Amino acid sequence: MIMALDQAKKDFKVVGNRMTRPDGIDKVTGRALFGADMSAPGMLHAAILRSPHPHARILNIDVTDALALGGVKAVVTAADFAPQKGAFNQDTLDNCMARGVALYDGHAVAAIAASSPKIAQKALELLKVEYEVLPFVMDVDAAMRADAPVLHAGRKYRNLPEDSAPNVSNHCEFGHGDMDAGFAKADRIIERSFKTAATHQGYIEPHACLATIGADGRGDLWTCTQGHYMVRDFCAAFIGMEASQLRVTASEIGGGFGGKTTVFIEPVALALARKSGRPVKLTMSREEVFRATGPTVSSSTDVKIGITNDGRITAGYANLRYQGGAFPNETMMLGAMTAFAAYDLEAVQTIGWNALTNRPKQASYRAPGAPMAIYTVEAVIDELCQELNLDPLAVRLKNAARKGTKASYGPTFDEIGLVATLEAAQKHPHYSAPLGPNQGRGVACGFWFNFGGNASVSLAINSDGTVAVTEGNPDIGGSRASISMMAAEELGIPYDKVRTIVGDTNAIGFSDVTDGSRVTFVVGLATIKAARGAIKILCTRAAKIWGIDADAVIWEDGAAKPSGHNAGEFPPMTLAEIAKVAHKTGGPIAGHYEANTDGAGVSFGVHLVDVEVDPETGATKILRYTVFQDAGKAINPDYVEGQMQGGAVQGIGWALNEEYIYGDDGRLQNPGFLDYRIPVASDLPMIDTVILEIPNPGHPYGVRGVGETGIVPPLAAVANGVSQAANVRLYELPMSPPRILAAIEGAK
Amino acid sequence: MVKVILWGSLRAAANGLAEVEVSATNTREMLESLIKTHPELQSTIDNGVSVAIDGQIYKEAWFTKITPDSEVVLMPYMAGG
Amino acid sequence: MSKIHVTTSINGDSVEYLCEPDESLLDVLRNHVGLTGAKEGCSTGDCGACSVTLDGRLVCSCLVLGAEAEGREITTIEGMADGDALHPLQRHILEGAALQCGICTPGILIAAKALLEKNPDPSEVEVRYWLAGNLCRCTGYDKIIRAVLNAAAEMRGA
Repeated sequence: MIMALDQAKKDFKVVGNRMTRPDGIDKVTGRALFGADMSAPGMLHAAILRSPHPHARILNIDVTDALALGGVKAVVTAADFAPQKGAFNQDTLDNCMARGVALYDGHAVAAIAASSPKIAQKALELLKVEYEVLPFVMDVDAAMRADAPVLHAGRKYRNLPEDSAPNVSNHCEFGHGDMDAGFAKADRIIERSFKTAATHQGYIEPHACLATIGADGRGDLWTCTQGHYMVRDFCAAFIGMEASQLRVTASEIGGGFGGKTTVFIEPVALALARKSGRPVKLTMSREEVFRATGPTVSSSTDVKIGITNDGRITAGYANLRYQGGAFPNETMMLGAMTAFAAYDLEAVQTIGWNALTNRPKQASYRAPGAPMAIYTVEAVIDELCQELNLDPLAVRLKNAARKGTKASYGPTFDEIGLVATLEAAQKHPHYSAPLGPNQGRGVACGFWFNFGGNASVSLAINSDGTVAVTEGNPDIGGSRASISMMAAEELGIPYDKVRTIVGDTNAIGFSDVTDGSRVTFVVGLATIKAARGAIKILCTRAAKIWGIDADAVIWEDGAAKPSGHNAGEFPPMTLAEIAKVAHKTGGPIAGHYEANTDGAGVSFGVHLVDVEVDPETGATKILRYTVFQDAGKAINPDYVEGQMQGGAVQGIGWALNEEYIYGDDGRLQNPGFLDYRIPVASDLPMIDTVILEIPNPGHPYGVRGVGETGIVPPLAAVANGVSQAANVRLYELPMSPPRILAAIEGAK
Repeated sequence: MVKVILWGSLRAAANGLAEVEVSATNTREMLESLIKTHPELQSTIDNGVSVAIDGQIYKEAWFTKITPDSEVVLMPYMAGG
Repeated sequence: MSKIHVTTSINGDSVEYLCEPDESLLDVLRNHVGLTGAKEGCSTGDCGACSVTLDGRLVCSCLVLGAEAEGREITTIEGMADGDALHPLQRHILEGAALQCGICTPGILIAAKALLEKNPDPSEVEVRYWLAGNLCRCTGYDKIIRAVLNAAAEMRGA
């Protein structure tokens, strides 16, 4: 269903203000409970044995000595899980616990539950695993060769050509128009190849959970996750339980960014809890998080773009080769769809591939597939602008997608905010500020679809006129505040009268994971609907009290009123007044809404960055950064800004420092924050933000998702800035100091 | 009759056509009709597809109305993020 | 080897516990004393989420042994507010929307408090370098730095 923009709603009383978030006090006092903060009486501690080999057949696991150690209560391996219907489920389970073959360095092979962490670690050493080491492959282009070591035989998509290499698991193609004709029209064509490394979402909270299964087979699970319904459904399937038997509670979550939209340790903890008959706490170390959760794909991409002398792009082509680790995935589809999404093109063609490698199974990271794709296109456009001496923002404006443009991925755009963000960037003082020696300015635009999906909301009116909202989406960006704001706006009551909580999986109906920048949009919409449902009941009760028809009552400014003089002269009844007598007028008053919502609006962004490159060390300093992004309607501007700033800084890290480094032995060399270097406070200036509001026609307040778009432009913006500053182009990320120095030397 | 636009890698399953005509008044009918006339599309459709109608993306809703002059674009199933 | 008996002071209260010789102060706080405000982000001293003060000095509690707390004074995030009166830093982080997921927030607050006790009028650059040992992945640091500067100004009576 879609709920259209309420064109009549112009004056918002609550929405649009900067309200303090409800979970904030607990978080600044240390009271908030995250994944690892929960305990249970009699709790056991779990530890996981992980493969030291990037690829090895598991011939035998001897658990005798481990089980014999005092304090060890259970051991589980792949044999303790149920076979799955469907490759997607089986892959997810096999990734949690290796089945017959270890597919990457760090792949879980067995797990122990014991009475102390120390005993659990000791027991790991007593597990005897016999491996048959196999050849491995790590690089995407190497994996796509016919002679590469094979991971899974026969796992190709049906649409792949017969002669494609065995590790190539997925393929896709998008686009329209006549490519030859398009390139023939160009005055200048540039072809380039790019590489990006795998990166990690880098959430500061490692995965952690606490699992209990009673003798009656009912389970309780506490875990930090972006989607507790997803966790319930996966775990129930993996250990052979029905959904209603397993209740999952989402803790506060210390960052996810897509990396916690799947399961890694939860099924293992549950299996150990069942086998031992005791609660089991399982947490990952930071090293385990890097080695064995879900980094991004790494990519190898060829791009070819043609342009006229006056800046009109005539054709765009990209061939994107992604590797997402040891299991098939479709992230390359998202890359292929988004690469040219910002442009109005007559001829565009994007081809995507995924190859299997002996690396951890990729998971989403904020606009998955898009940053590395758009990086390559934006970099080539920048190079073309430089060659033809054209202004980068003017060229983007000239070719920008707008309402009526046929997107490179198929549909025709409705109202979108790209032109508005480009114009805002052009007018901004940042764009014309002077630059000094060794300094350069980078520009890039970016795009993300944003999702709709399933959500359930329940809204109860308490007798004292306060409101309790229960929803099913873990809060990763301040959504509880925005949801309370929308409920308060609809009901016409103050914000502090509304309390929003995230219920467990038993409390309300299904909700899709918190991802796709969807929660403020989808859950907000469901909250508005639930509030309107409650308002209907409130009006009916007032009508009963006044003895008039229910249709003769309207809701205004937080009160029921007769709709006109003909309806009768009654003073308004506030929500609190109606609630006070609810039990006498029919019973408790509540509204609820469950739906699979569509109508999400796409979000465009433009980033401007000034950098300075030290020609002696190759180090890059970010001098100034401005993010322009279309939010549709900013429910709470503080949190919209926070998303824009957070995404930009993750992108800066991706562009300059972050990468997975594997040794020749196929083992991850930098599984820690010292050598996997994310941005720190001293690396950065303030991140300025400009929020544009081009309302989304598919939401009553015009909301567009904002969480993901922010990470898309920075890779190219920073790369373009570095190219201008160092006067040399780089075609590989991250642009770490040794690489920049090498490029500077190479250009001499 | 409704025109359904297929993405590049699906065209091979439709004899190379970028656009296919089917008879349908909602999404479910459209997908079933596609499978009937082009059985090679079945595995992709069974795995899950989303549909964009007049620029609006519908993740999986069966009963979304389609009129003869709607722009209907088959899209990969939108998930994860 | 048997456990070690430790007597120490945490947030002004006298506390006793038994710990393994190789247990960190972070493990002790979280598992034996019931203070889960200090977080484990890395256990190698790289992320700062476990920050506490030890005799007034800012430390990563994952790099301090539980046994080393004997006879010392420890302050954690749980001791920062005065009953239900938030410390100005806590208030400014909250009102300045300077937290998203909140996992780094206890460590940042402890570190910022230690800075302002040393230097009540830091520049933006000084705040940034002092907090360089506290990783945040959500905010990009902008609102955090502003909140610390605003809290410092309020505490100076400026």
